[in-house]
Amino acid sequence: MMQFMLLFSRQGKLRLQKWYVAHPDKLKKKITRELITTVLARKPKMCSFLEWKDVKVVYKRYASLYFCCAMEQEDNELLTLELIHRYVELLDKYFGSVCELDIIFNFEKAYFILDELVLGGELQETSKKNVLKAIAAQDLLQEDETVDAALREVGLL
Amino acid sequence: MPAVRGDGMRGLAVFISDIRNCKSKEAEIKRINKELANIRSKFKGDKTLDGYQKKKYVCKLLFIFLLGHDIDFGHMEAVNLLSSNKYSEKQIGYLFISVLVNTNSDLIKLIIQSIKNDLQSRNPIHVNLALQCIANIGSKDMAEAFGTEIPKLLVSGDTMDVVKQSAALCLLRLFRKSPEIIPGGEWTSRIIHLLNDPHMGVVTAATSLIDALVKKNPEEYKGCVTLAVARLSRIVTASYTDLQDYTYYFVPAPWLSVKLLRLLQNYTPPSEEPGVRGRLSECLETIFNKAQEPPKSKKVQHSNAKNAVLFEAISLIIHNDSEPNLLVRACNQLGQFLSNRETNLRYLALESMCHLATSEFSHEAVKKHQEVVILSMKMEKDVSVRQQAVDLLYAMCDKTNAEEIVQEMLAYLETADYSIREEMVLKVAILAEKYATDFTWYVDVILNLIRIAGDYVSEEVWYRVIQIVINREEVQGYAAKTVFEALQAPTCHENMVKVGGYILGEFGNLIAGDTRSSPQVQFELLHSKYHLCSAATRALLLSTYIKLVNLFPEIKNRVQEVFRADSNLRSADVELQQRASEYLQLSIVASSDVLATVLEEMPAFPERESSILAVLKKKKPGRIPDDVRESKSPQPNSIPAPIINSTNNTNNSSADLLGLSTPPGTTAPSAGNGLLDVLGDLYTTPKISPNTVQQNNIKKFLFKNNGVLFENDIIQIGVKSEFRQNLGRIGLFYGNKASYPVLNIQPELQWADMHKLNIQVKPMEPVIEAGAQIQQMLTAECIEDFTDTPSMTITFNYNNVPQKITLKLPLTLNKFFEPTEMNGESFFARWKNLGGEQQRAQKIFKAQGAIDLTATRTKLAGFGMQLLDGIDPNPENFVCAGIVHTRVQQVGCLMRLEPNKQAQMYRLTVRSSKETVSQEICNLLADQF
Repeated sequence: MMQFMLLFSRQGKLRLQKWYVAHPDKLKKKITRELITTVLARKPKMCSFLEWKDVKVVYKRYASLYFCCAMEQEDNELLTLELIHRYVELLDKYFGSVCELDIIFNFEKAYFILDELVLGGELQETSKKNVLKAIAAQDLLQEDETVDAALREVGLL
Repeated sequence: MPAVRGDGMRGLAVFISDIRNCKSKEAEIKRINKELANIRSKFKGDKTLDGYQKKKYVCKLLFIFLLGHDIDFGHMEAVNLLSSNKYSEKQIGYLFISVLVNTNSDLIKLIIQSIKNDLQSRNPIHVNLALQCIANIGSKDMAEAFGTEIPKLLVSGDTMDVVKQSAALCLLRLFRKSPEIIPGGEWTSRIIHLLNDPHMGVVTAATSLIDALVKKNPEEYKGCVTLAVARLSRIVTASYTDLQDYTYYFVPAPWLSVKLLRLLQNYTPPSEEPGVRGRLSECLETIFNKAQEPPKSKKVQHSNAKNAVLFEAISLIIHNDSEPNLLVRACNQLGQFLSNRETNLRYLALESMCHLATSEFSHEAVKKHQEVVILSMKMEKDVSVRQQAVDLLYAMCDKTNAEEIVQEMLAYLETADYSIREEMVLKVAILAEKYATDFTWYVDVILNLIRIAGDYVSEEVWYRVIQIVINREEVQGYAAKTVFEALQAPTCHENMVKVGGYILGEFGNLIAGDTRSSPQVQFELLHSKYHLCSAATRALLLSTYIKLVNLFPEIKNRVQEVFRADSNLRSADVELQQRASEYLQLSIVASSDVLATVLEEMPAFPERESSILAVLKKKKPGRIPDDVRESKSPQPNSIPAPIINSTNNTNNSSADLLGLSTPPGTTAPSAGNGLLDVLGDLYTTPKISPNTVQQNNIKKFLFKNNGVLFENDIIQIGVKSEFRQNLGRIGLFYGNKASYPVLNIQPELQWADMHKLNIQVKPMEPVIEAGAQIQQMLTAECIEDFTDTPSMTITFNYNNVPQKITLKLPLTLNKFFEPTEMNGESFFARWKNLGGEQQRAQKIFKAQGAIDLTATRTKLAGFGMQLLDGIDPNPENFVCAGIVHTRVQQVGCLMRLEPNKQAQMYRLTVRSSKETVSQEICNLLADQF
């Protein structure tokens, strides 16, 4: 089970955090701070896994962003790496070659996409097509609502 | 500003841009505070906000939270959004809640109501939103609220696949929070059969759920094995086009494969059904075969996914540990990875091989890779990979390769990273001991360890070498010669001086025949180090000197000179001063016979598990492979393997940390100051190592309210309590002494007599960070008098190892005493009145040590009764009076304690208006003085 996922920039700025275990806010901040420092201190050719406190950390850097997952001991490291990759692919497909700014400005979307992929710390759906379909359905609902609102405004509904 | 997707919130985008344009941290904070004030006034203002505005502000709050600021309002607005009929507003509401709302928030009832409504929705997207919320933040309350509904959703035929997927994981979350929510009976088979679901996404989600259920109740869910093997078999034999979108970079359904392989690791190999077993073996063979095929893609994703499945298959093979050919095949496969250019693969291969090394079937196969592993230890750029290599070398070591491996590890130690040195030292010490066929080799190795990495050689290591030398006659002369040589070095580590001092003190005579190491030379050599050493080492050396006096009377004068030196006889260190003066006297007064008796050679130590191993196990629980081979091929020359109880790592290690000493209770020499202990208590009061305060000695809390209740290497539990009348307040302070967080700490009260003493335990945080302390409050009300002492069972996880501590709480009847002042007249009047058989209790007991009236007095003063002076005709007697407060009554109580110095006995008499109270007070105080 995944305990949490963090996205942060090379400068150490947190871009997304998702916790699947309940920790007090203070502890979350402490973990975040320490882990970011630890990961940023590692050199490029180093192994993507590290034993850190009582979790197994799997991380990978994409351009300026680090994706970092804390897993339990029995979880499969390589596949966690690919889970991260799948998430990146989904973001990329959704935003059209995603960059850090997309995630900053549309952080809520990044959360929604993650929720379709991982739920309660467990992988929910690995099919790229199915996840994108779900997100498209959400967007469609929103657009309908926006159109409705516009129509209502001009008195057509 | 990049394009904003969906129904962009312009205000939000502007705000984010503003933040990004801030030139300094201060400017950013200023901008955020401005925004927070704005949002606050909007939320408080009298103009009602429409859904869009609420959504926008809630989103801004979320963003501010992500920047690392605390958000303490807006929760209500977010909850309002949940009941919006607009999906986009609802969705933001749920997002805010899953990111920011605590599971024990008072809003949880409102949230649950909204979730309920959404679960009823006809639109599956709304249903899913609600399910996702439960899966992300589900709590016990939610388990109660949705426990019946969600299982139905999961197995119902009309549920859409996407909803089923969410429902499975939702149920998993709730199950983790309250395991009783999963219905048994026919549900079991319906849940298991989800493994047959045609939709791969549903199977993927369901497998996680089933895995958790199996862990809880393996017997009930046993049927899943056959289904899981069947499903796995279909996947591994599928071509990559069969599974369409579930194929990931040409690997068919890697996630599901791994989950199924994990699921199977909950069981022993399916033996009842040979068909299933055969099919599983085929699957595993196929996975190996595919690993040998040329890659279908050069992308790292392809190889990662393929290898992920392979590693999981190897895990299963190691878990089953029943198919030699598969184990050997796994080993060969991993061997190839050891020289792969991907660091990740090398890391995992080393890790996985470490497990293979512990199987008797593959141990030999692992050993073939020794050269490469040694290279990894030396050459890897990443310390975590080097660490894995060290672990593997340790695991693959046996008596055929021990000398080489130990040699390589010693050589590497000179340049090893500081972070892994201490652990390496322990490992080398253990291997050297375990596989020594010739103990001179062992002595060499340990002395080399001290020379190379003296700072990292813990006490356990040098204690152990002394234990072994003392117990093995054949190595004593060699040891003496070797330490003597080692001490010739112009600079040597203090640990070397300690070992050298101890060994020469015992066996210096074995090398004294050689003029190069004559008694004088030995003594002067040791003494040349004396002034550079710490007080503890000097104390040890002083003991060595007196032992040398016994061995070589000819150097007596010279040694006496040293004892007489001002720096010793008048040392500021009281221990040194004492030793110097007492040894001096001993050397002057005692005849050679007496001296020889007092300073006789140390008796052999009882054989038991290496204390070093215990330290290593504690350092890295779970990472030290249990040695399965040892039982199968006992070492002819090895020390008999002692029985250790590995679950009991508190008590066991306490004894072992003392290293040299025998288990408590017998008078045995203890570390370093052997001579002193032979002389016994005459010289020193027994020293307690700080690590032995592990058991909570509840008795001492009879007389005090504050102190350390329990302590081991991980945790310290302190207590502070106060009592008024029949009420008490107890604060427990849990301190984490170790370097990892203590997780999931759960104290549970064990107390049957709630009707007599009612105890309320207040909740506390489940996590204690390394070095941190948390507190927990308990309140107690004494309803009527009670006898037993309540205890508390504390469970927690430390470094993934579950720990359990049971301790008595300092709650005894005397805590509810109110001291009562009275004069002699009224005391004796009452004393006589309470003279009935039913009212008094008496005990006569032997004093615990020499009778010490001052100490007794101090204790009694803390007991809770009033100590009454000048009342008893005999001034040495103690009399006390007090009232026990309970809810139902107050019980007056008088006590008299009469010491008899000649007989070293005490007589204790307690009188009160209630028989049970007299009895209990008498029982509590008996044997306490």
